[in-house]
Amino acid sequence: MDWGTGGGVSLTKHQNERDKLMNFEESGSAAAAIDIDRSIGDFVYPEKHTLDAGRGLSAKTVDYISGVKGEPDWIRQFRQRALQVFMDKPLPIHWASRELERIDFDRIRYYLSSGDVPKRSWEEVPDEIKQTFERLGIPEQERKFLAGVEAQFDSEAAYSNIKEDLEKEGVIFVGSTKGLMDYPEVFRRWFGKVIPTGDNKFSALNSAVFSGGSFIYVPPGVKVAHPLQAYFRINAESFGQFERTLIIADEGAELTYMEGCTAPKFETSTLHSAVVELVAMPHARIQYITVQNWSSNVYNLVTKRGLAHENAEIRWIDCNIGSRLTMKYPGVVMKGRKARGEVISIALANTGQHQDTGAKMIHAADETTSNVVSKSISVGQGRATYRGMVHIPKRLRGCRNNTQCDALLINSSSRTDTYPAIVVRGNRHATQHEASVSQVSEDQIFYMKQRGLTEGEAMSLSVNGFVNDLVREFPMEYSVELKRLIDMEMEGSVG
Amino acid sequence: MDEPLDESRLAGLPEWFAGMQRSAAEQFRALPASRREEENWRFADPKRLRFDRFRPARGLPESHAAELISRSVALKHTAGRYVFGNEELLAAEEVNAPGVICEPLEEAWRRHGDLFREHFMAQEFPLGAARYAALHKARTRSGLLIYVPAGIELELPIEVFHWVGGEEAAIFPHTLVVTGANASVTVAEFFRSADGLAAGSCGVVDLVAGPGSRIRHVSSQMLNGESDFLQMSAAVVARDADVKSLQLHGGGKSVRVESVCRLVEPNANSDMLSVSAPGTGQVFDQRTLQHHAAPYTKSDLLYKNVLSGESRSVFSGLIRVDEGAHYTDAYQTCRNLLLSDEAEASSMPGLEINADHVKCSHGSTTGPIEKEAVFYAGTRGIPAEAARHLIAFGFAAEVFDRIGSEPLSELLTGLLRERFTELSIGQGEGPRP
Repeated sequence: MDWGTGGGVSLTKHQNERDKLMNFEESGSAAAAIDIDRSIGDFVYPEKHTLDAGRGLSAKTVDYISGVKGEPDWIRQFRQRALQVFMDKPLPIHWASRELERIDFDRIRYYLSSGDVPKRSWEEVPDEIKQTFERLGIPEQERKFLAGVEAQFDSEAAYSNIKEDLEKEGVIFVGSTKGLMDYPEVFRRWFGKVIPTGDNKFSALNSAVFSGGSFIYVPPGVKVAHPLQAYFRINAESFGQFERTLIIADEGAELTYMEGCTAPKFETSTLHSAVVELVAMPHARIQYITVQNWSSNVYNLVTKRGLAHENAEIRWIDCNIGSRLTMKYPGVVMKGRKARGEVISIALANTGQHQDTGAKMIHAADETTSNVVSKSISVGQGRATYRGMVHIPKRLRGCRNNTQCDALLINSSSRTDTYPAIVVRGNRHATQHEASVSQVSEDQIFYMKQRGLTEGEAMSLSVNGFVNDLVREFPMEYSVELKRLIDMEMEGSVG
Repeated sequence: MDEPLDESRLAGLPEWFAGMQRSAAEQFRALPASRREEENWRFADPKRLRFDRFRPARGLPESHAAELISRSVALKHTAGRYVFGNEELLAAEEVNAPGVICEPLEEAWRRHGDLFREHFMAQEFPLGAARYAALHKARTRSGLLIYVPAGIELELPIEVFHWVGGEEAAIFPHTLVVTGANASVTVAEFFRSADGLAAGSCGVVDLVAGPGSRIRHVSSQMLNGESDFLQMSAAVVARDADVKSLQLHGGGKSVRVESVCRLVEPNANSDMLSVSAPGTGQVFDQRTLQHHAAPYTKSDLLYKNVLSGESRSVFSGLIRVDEGAHYTDAYQTCRNLLLSDEAEASSMPGLEINADHVKCSHGSTTGPIEKEAVFYAGTRGIPAEAARHLIAFGFAAEVFDRIGSEPLSELLTGLLRERFTELSIGQGEGPRP
């Protein structure tokens, strides 16, 4: 086991061989589609939850969650208000996929936990949970290069640790409940402010039933050299995971945060609906890295947005490989002069998957700049969609945006869409948007075959080349694995 | 408009046509008004188009008609000229070529019913204004049916003027162009206001290009700044055929253009071109669809907007490549030049690709005149104001060359120049240093 966060995406020789066979059997043709090995994440332990909010969603469910967590009244009220907003809002199917209608909100279990507090020491973590994360390589990762780790198992964190020296510097890295209760003066100010409850139906849902996630505060001037990491794991069937993350980098602080997600493949579908809010105070920098590799029956409907103050920078580095339907458009509101926002996104949509991703750049101050680079690969009958929004309102000057979306289609039944929207007011800004759709060129494949590569190897090499400049944006440990991940089985898929 | 149908006018019409207009009126009544929440109306305000309120245009006084006829000259040499004023044919220089049919609608549906019925609004209008398409269908009575039989190439353009006048008067001009195999035709249409009152034009252009044929269609819209303009156009392009359409918009208060081209057989080609120069108070809303329904087809779209004063433009374009439409080449470019701090441009360039071996790209830029360019011109002795004018003009006018006809390109350049003068582009609206 060499790669923690992605867990289920790493590929060993042996598994590779096995999956070739499986693929062949399932599809009747080795050429049908590529196969990505999710087997590392695809295991499940029996549930041992003592706290269970049951199926379906009502005011009682919300009260149950709030009660179990022992939350103060204001949080309970916040949740109840959010529930009402969720109930009132229709599904956004006038623009989004009708696939959303297949989510049965009454069958989902909204809170599952063993009732234990997160352990600080790895030894104290219950065996099965420990084994889960051992199998995914979490502690190993921590020892290697992480400054802090939080591992969430269904609704609550099972393990949470931060390096001592960081704690001494005043860095707070806790779960959402603990954050709101122990540090209200730090977190309450920004909680639900970057993404208001009513932003969309799923942010409302999260606001009603959120549990788990990370609350991070980095004091002024503190530069966290190593990444902080969260790891999300769904272990129970028909379960909805609704983690809530709020990261505040105070003036001049710097931080990199990484998250990874896996789930076993159940018979029924699973819902993951997170809300992630970032606040970069003046001159701060936040880098948020996601490698999403949910199993292919997870609905991944996530709202992520950052608020960048003067001269601050927020970067979303996003890689979506798993899930059945992902809808995720990380955004940056550039509120202070010279703030910068960036979204780097890689999406891979295989048969049965729809990766509906994008970016939202709201320029709300002078001389703000944003950059969006999105690359998607559609394989088999997979569908990749880019949706973007760039907004430069009136009375501003010197704003710039650059957007680039490239899509690669591997098979003839692959699908890709691009739906950007750019609004610019005034003659002191510059925006450009460019998108292209292409295939792996037959000439390239021919050339590589003539050099002795198999067609599959040639295809992998081309696809890797397509995303190479973005893969480099990920920390090295990730980028090596991402490359291997894309080292796919594509024999005969040309033409 | 309370009553979409004018029953008194249906008397004496062929029964099939009257029936069609009646059912279109039904359709109009049944369809709900568009709402801005709909994707096809994003960033736009459907309420701005006021065709619900407009009354059918009444005939113009004769003296006025004579004056309009004298002003209805654009090109030196034409194959034919038709002048409509408030939906009445005021004057015509008929096209004279073997087998060519070029007749006002009222003649056309009597004498060429089959041809008319086969193609008249046979295409869908999926870009948002379907309700107004139904209204148009129920009301249209002016415009032309143009049919060019196989092998006939009309070298000179057919010129068509549509004048509208009177408070809240609306016209519903229709242009139906059908070409046989390897035929060729050019149609240039001019939409003008007869007076300064708030009127409207709700038109449809149907272009049906037979195998190997060529259609060029130009619309130049210079209504007064109080009037509304809606044009829905649909082109169907067969094997080896080529359709080029170009729009020039300078007038109107609320202007919406919905253009669809469907490439239905291999080697069909379409070029969609547009130049718009809105000024204060004007909103130009452009929706396009390049629909590739067959393999080996090609389409290219170039829309340029020069925005000055307090104006707004919306561009929403989609390239759709159907399953099986492999080897498609499709391009789409929208470029907005913002000359003032109050101008606003929204663009939504979209792609939906369901096929393989496709070369598709789209690009959209929005920005001001580059300071470097003005500076460079300055070093060559060109004053900043003149430089800005030149740069903005060059930015837009290059589109005209793409229509591939020198007289047309010259004519459009002249019209744009008038429009630039009207807007005093170059006169200090550029970014202050």
